[in-house]
Amino acid sequence: MATQLLQDKDRIFTNLFGHHSPDLEGAKQRGCWNGTKDILDQGRDWIIDQMKASGLRGRGGAGFPTGLKWSFMPREVGARPHYLVVNADESEPGTCKDREIMRHDPHLLIEGCLIASFSMQAHACYIYLRGEYVTERLAMEKAVKEAYEAKLIGEKNVHGWPFHVYIHHGAGAYICGEETALLESLEGKKGQPRLKPPFPANAGLYGCPTTVNNVESIAVAGTILRRGAEWFASFGRERNVGTKIFSISGHVNNPCNVEEAMSIPMKTLIETHAGGVRGGWDNLKAVIPGGSSVSLLPKDICDDVLMDFDALSAHKSGLGTAAVIVMDKSTDVVKAIARISYFYRHESCGQCTPCREGTGWMWRVLTRMAAGESAIEEIDMLLDVAGQVEGHTICALGDAAAWPVQGLIRHFRSEIEDRINNYRAGKPVFVSQVAAE
Amino acid sequence: MSVRRLAKEQPDSFAFNEKSEAEIKFWLAKYPEAKKASAVIPMLWIAQKQEGWVCEPALREIAGRLDMPYIRVYEVATFYTMFNLEPVGEHLIQVCGTTPCMLRGSEELIDVCKKRIGKQHEISADGKFTWVEVECMGACANAPMIQLANSDGDHYIEDLDGAKLEALMDDLAAGKTVKYGPQSDRNASEPHGTKVLSDPSLYDGSRAKKIKLPNTGKAEG
Repeated sequence: MATQLLQDKDRIFTNLFGHHSPDLEGAKQRGCWNGTKDILDQGRDWIIDQMKASGLRGRGGAGFPTGLKWSFMPREVGARPHYLVVNADESEPGTCKDREIMRHDPHLLIEGCLIASFSMQAHACYIYLRGEYVTERLAMEKAVKEAYEAKLIGEKNVHGWPFHVYIHHGAGAYICGEETALLESLEGKKGQPRLKPPFPANAGLYGCPTTVNNVESIAVAGTILRRGAEWFASFGRERNVGTKIFSISGHVNNPCNVEEAMSIPMKTLIETHAGGVRGGWDNLKAVIPGGSSVSLLPKDICDDVLMDFDALSAHKSGLGTAAVIVMDKSTDVVKAIARISYFYRHESCGQCTPCREGTGWMWRVLTRMAAGESAIEEIDMLLDVAGQVEGHTICALGDAAAWPVQGLIRHFRSEIEDRINNYRAGKPVFVSQVAAE
Repeated sequence: MSVRRLAKEQPDSFAFNEKSEAEIKFWLAKYPEAKKASAVIPMLWIAQKQEGWVCEPALREIAGRLDMPYIRVYEVATFYTMFNLEPVGEHLIQVCGTTPCMLRGSEELIDVCKKRIGKQHEISADGKFTWVEVECMGACANAPMIQLANSDGDHYIEDLDGAKLEALMDDLAAGKTVKYGPQSDRNASEPHGTKVLSDPSLYDGSRAKKIKLPNTGKAEG
């Protein structure tokens, strides 16, 4: 089956590569802020209905339908104001897409904030950037200033909905990408996730009704409404529609960010845009398809798997943030996953014991396994511990720490066994395979 | 989780300078007056930018300004890993070591740092450098990469390798200006030599013309 690649005319992020001006004038030339007043004039219900009809699912990892999320906010504004909070804490290893939106197409995000906030009756929006994104934060501040000066936002603006955008930042904590940890952090506390319920739509920022959305989910709203829900829904498979920015890293010839249609075959994505796997497709060992939290997939699955929510979850992995981490045959896959385990150990907030203790335990065992200094029985013990972390914590960091380990054992158990046997036999534990080129 | 403590040696006092005061004003205006604790991270960051690190008297100063108990500010400063709790060299080199960077050679960068500077967190003999290994900085399509923090600000330096990092450190040590961003021929994270986003009609202003919104005709259907 020939795959229809996304054409330039259907790309939402037309300055993704930063070849054009990110300023207001440049953004307007590319169609941003065009008809925004008309969109608001259609009313809140129209906006939410259109967003639902577009089939957009949240781009931050969980894939929750965006329009539905917006509809969860209280119908009437009570004593507490409503807030929109944009999650720009992009920290999932492999993921680097929101960064490009913020420094190259910031006005698409600000316009999306206005539309989303209007539909949820919020007059204020906070955009929470990770602390490391200093350049991106300054780019956002500049764009927000331009939008105020042009009266596109502000107390009195041409759109008739009093609206403020505030840029906020963190200071190095992966956990703040979890929505309730982000809210804690924004309130000036350490980023430890809250128990749910109450959900943010009832009690979020400062105890007020709040919706937290990923940068990409918000930034696509304006274009979706301008071009029509059915246009967006025409890409990808049912339940998995739209266009999506894919971040491709690791052992490819041309690592990159690129916007493509959902449900594109993984192989087509890598070969068309990333210059193919280093040493050719047959030199592929495994791919982590959706950021470090999802299970890796061995080559035989990668050969024909589609890049969407349903296809990847059918293989017990996930689309996550669509961050594709490619590993060729030279990769020490046990060490690669052990390094991911180190990441989760470092980033656990320490609130829940299974995660605080389990992440360190998994890392230590995997590090020994990578060196072969382990026992065969420990593989099942590791699997057992991963299962005790998964689903036993307040937030999903525990799950995210367990899944890559479970995936490794599921697909590469024999490789771990070989190492243990090699170590015991006094043979080299791991010999990197280099492509015969 | 990472366990972090304040430095043993602390200065007697801390005061924000004029430039910092202006920035504090800018940040405090973003939050409702009753919720000004929201400014704690930005204020700790401002203190760090002023002094190069966050000292205990600064925590107390910030607690006073934000009407927060000192322990709450302490909690925040020790929780977030970007706060330097001890002095650092003139140039702080933060090497991303997480898997996407590791796959593309971050271990080589770490070896260079060890050779040139010494142990993590320590200041080099000439006072010029400190290096630390940090977790994913979200520039994975430009791996391996570092973030350089110095008096010129905070900048990503990407598409690196060991030799390029050595050359960069030579330039920094000699007081030369260095190029930020990708150290390759790329502008950002675009695929090398791509044809994507080359359609001129995206940029000729035709998209700024007045449009009629779809799905708005109430009488339709």
